[in-house]
Amino acid sequence: MKFISEYRNPELVEQYVREIRQTVTRSWTIMEVCGGQTHSLVKNGILQMLPPEVQMVHGPGCPVCVTPLHMIDKAVWLAEQKGVILCSYGDMLRVPGSRKSLLEAKAAGADVRILYSPLEAVQVARENPGREVVFFAVGFETTAPANAMSVVHAQQLGVKNYTILTSHVLVPPAIEAVMNDPEARIQGFLAAGHVCTIMGMDEYYPLAEKYRIPIVVTGFEPVDLLQGILMTVRQLENGEYRVENQYSRVVQPQGNPAARKVIDQVFTVADREWRGIGTIPNSGWEIGPGLSAYDAGRKFDIQLEKAPESTECIAGQVLKGIKKPYECPQFGKGCTPAMPLGAPMVSSEGACAAYYHFHKMAETIAVE
Amino acid sequence: MGTMNLQCPMPKFDFEVINLGHGSGGLLTNKLLEAGVFGVLKNPLLDTHHDGAVLQLTGPTAFSTDSFVVSPVFFPGGNIGELAVNGTVNDLAMCGAAAQYLSLAFILEEGLPMTEFWEILTSVKTAAERAGVQVVTGDTKVVERGKGDKIFINTTGIGAIHPKADISMSRVKTGDRIIVSGPIATHGIAIMSVREGLEFETTLQSDTANLNHTILQLIDVFGPAIHLLRDPTRGGLATVLNEIARDARCGVEIHQRQIPMLEEVGGACELLGLDPLYVANEGVFIAVVEEQFAGAVLDRLRKLDFGAEAQIVGEIVEAHPRQVVLHSEIGGRRVVNMLAGEQLPRIC
Repeated sequence: MKFISEYRNPELVEQYVREIRQTVTRSWTIMEVCGGQTHSLVKNGILQMLPPEVQMVHGPGCPVCVTPLHMIDKAVWLAEQKGVILCSYGDMLRVPGSRKSLLEAKAAGADVRILYSPLEAVQVARENPGREVVFFAVGFETTAPANAMSVVHAQQLGVKNYTILTSHVLVPPAIEAVMNDPEARIQGFLAAGHVCTIMGMDEYYPLAEKYRIPIVVTGFEPVDLLQGILMTVRQLENGEYRVENQYSRVVQPQGNPAARKVIDQVFTVADREWRGIGTIPNSGWEIGPGLSAYDAGRKFDIQLEKAPESTECIAGQVLKGIKKPYECPQFGKGCTPAMPLGAPMVSSEGACAAYYHFHKMAETIAVE
Repeated sequence: MGTMNLQCPMPKFDFEVINLGHGSGGLLTNKLLEAGVFGVLKNPLLDTHHDGAVLQLTGPTAFSTDSFVVSPVFFPGGNIGELAVNGTVNDLAMCGAAAQYLSLAFILEEGLPMTEFWEILTSVKTAAERAGVQVVTGDTKVVERGKGDKIFINTTGIGAIHPKADISMSRVKTGDRIIVSGPIATHGIAIMSVREGLEFETTLQSDTANLNHTILQLIDVFGPAIHLLRDPTRGGLATVLNEIARDARCGVEIHQRQIPMLEEVGGACELLGLDPLYVANEGVFIAVVEEQFAGAVLDRLRKLDFGAEAQIVGEIVEAHPRQVVLHSEIGGRRVVNMLAGEQLPRIC
């Protein structure tokens, strides 16, 4: 834990907070893109430490939150098919679909398994040759290499009963969508450190240029976040808009070439629907043309009406940073982690759940 | 723990696995009980083989029951047998009572290997001896394959309350200190490390233990200065503290830096995306103690079994009634809520 504790050092934290206070002269609105960053800001009580001039807005970087309702319904439908084993990362299970969540499907008898790695799902497929194993491949650029690798593995091993249901999304098009929204008022971004670990920083230079916004690639520990915020505030105060790397201990400018190679081998860029936001052009990945045998969407004839999104849930506005979770009339009342209306209340990285669990705003809602 | 007791070689049974006949009440049941359960757990009250045990009790008595369904039934550091004894013994200890008598009911799944049943049974024996409790009555049922998960155990315990004990939620008051007896979240993470689909390499072992001797020694010395005792099993430390805040209508403040936790457990929680405050414990208890005695209780506890790593982690406050507030290790503050549903591992 040595390499974690030094990024949670209270003296360093205090020093950065002081520097931010000394640097800031006016109000700035900064979006942290990644849900992991949101979670850390709230869990560690960092939001209350920042001077009131620095407004943090929580971005769409929670894969669970932006996976559209229709995709959850597809996963549930697949899980309910005879002979199917549906494997998923844990936090997808509680996300409500239009009929039910995967957890409810599991309770009703579907074979739904929580895994940490899609490579384990390939193993499950090998151990169950008579059944179809589907991995629910959601996530941003961070989970893509492992998801792609599982397809490569299945191909190499000649495993024919393994497919993935892909719902991959990409950060740079999401930043564009946020900036193109007329209601958005974001002045700087903390880019997601782990996404850049895979993809590198190249994609962010044109964005910083086009929208004249500082983008600071930032880590997840308290000291990382405060340093990233300080770097962003400094640029804003100086009228600069550059791409900077706070997370240089992990992020190489060119990313991880081996991981990018396996992604290119399996996925191609496609339009993608984002929950609460709508379709963003070229904002996701799907399985490339040569590998459609591993695409659950093509292998199974999924017969589903497309269900409308909840009208009460304001997830789209929350994910674009237009509204704070507690500005939703349902927050903590009709929508809680136990009975979520929308995905941002489910995931540990969702902005609504993060506020519900950790933020002082939680004091305004009933404890019982 | 976890290994077969060499003093108790397995008798020769006619079957290698449990079958439905072992729960029929007929010959097979009798054989399983005579050669198995009664032989291992021998004591005068059990030896009568009557429908129930006849006990002589006087004075205030604590009574508690618990069912055990842990999966997998064998885990690093123990198995369901000792868990079932320690669980009920500890629940009684939290009432200030020394467990005297236990009931023991098995629900066995058809197909359970006899060797595994035997290992669990000998663990029950060892744990009962360690805790100084007698198994005086019990039951064995068998369900069809697929209707259970190898073995479920229910234990119910009874024991006299220590004359100096005065433990109740109503005694919790502003200024009281909160002591945690040992590193948190160890049991939950040890179990998770062997769950199918989530296996990871670790040397972590469950901390399942009987806490009764430790607790009764504390009560013997400090008596009514101990206001409340709880064991934060399911739902972890956060859940128990929230229950205290709710039921005692007080505020609870805890300091992250003071909460004892093994480094390996912290690392696993980081990796799995779990909050250790909500992870299950077994050999850990929380004591809410009169402010002026807190230091002395802590010093004493640290010299007793399972208390070496004890810490004062927080206090009862007048502010923010019914809420638990955590001071984060970097100096921030946040509300610690009750957990909704099960903690699910996160994506990235």
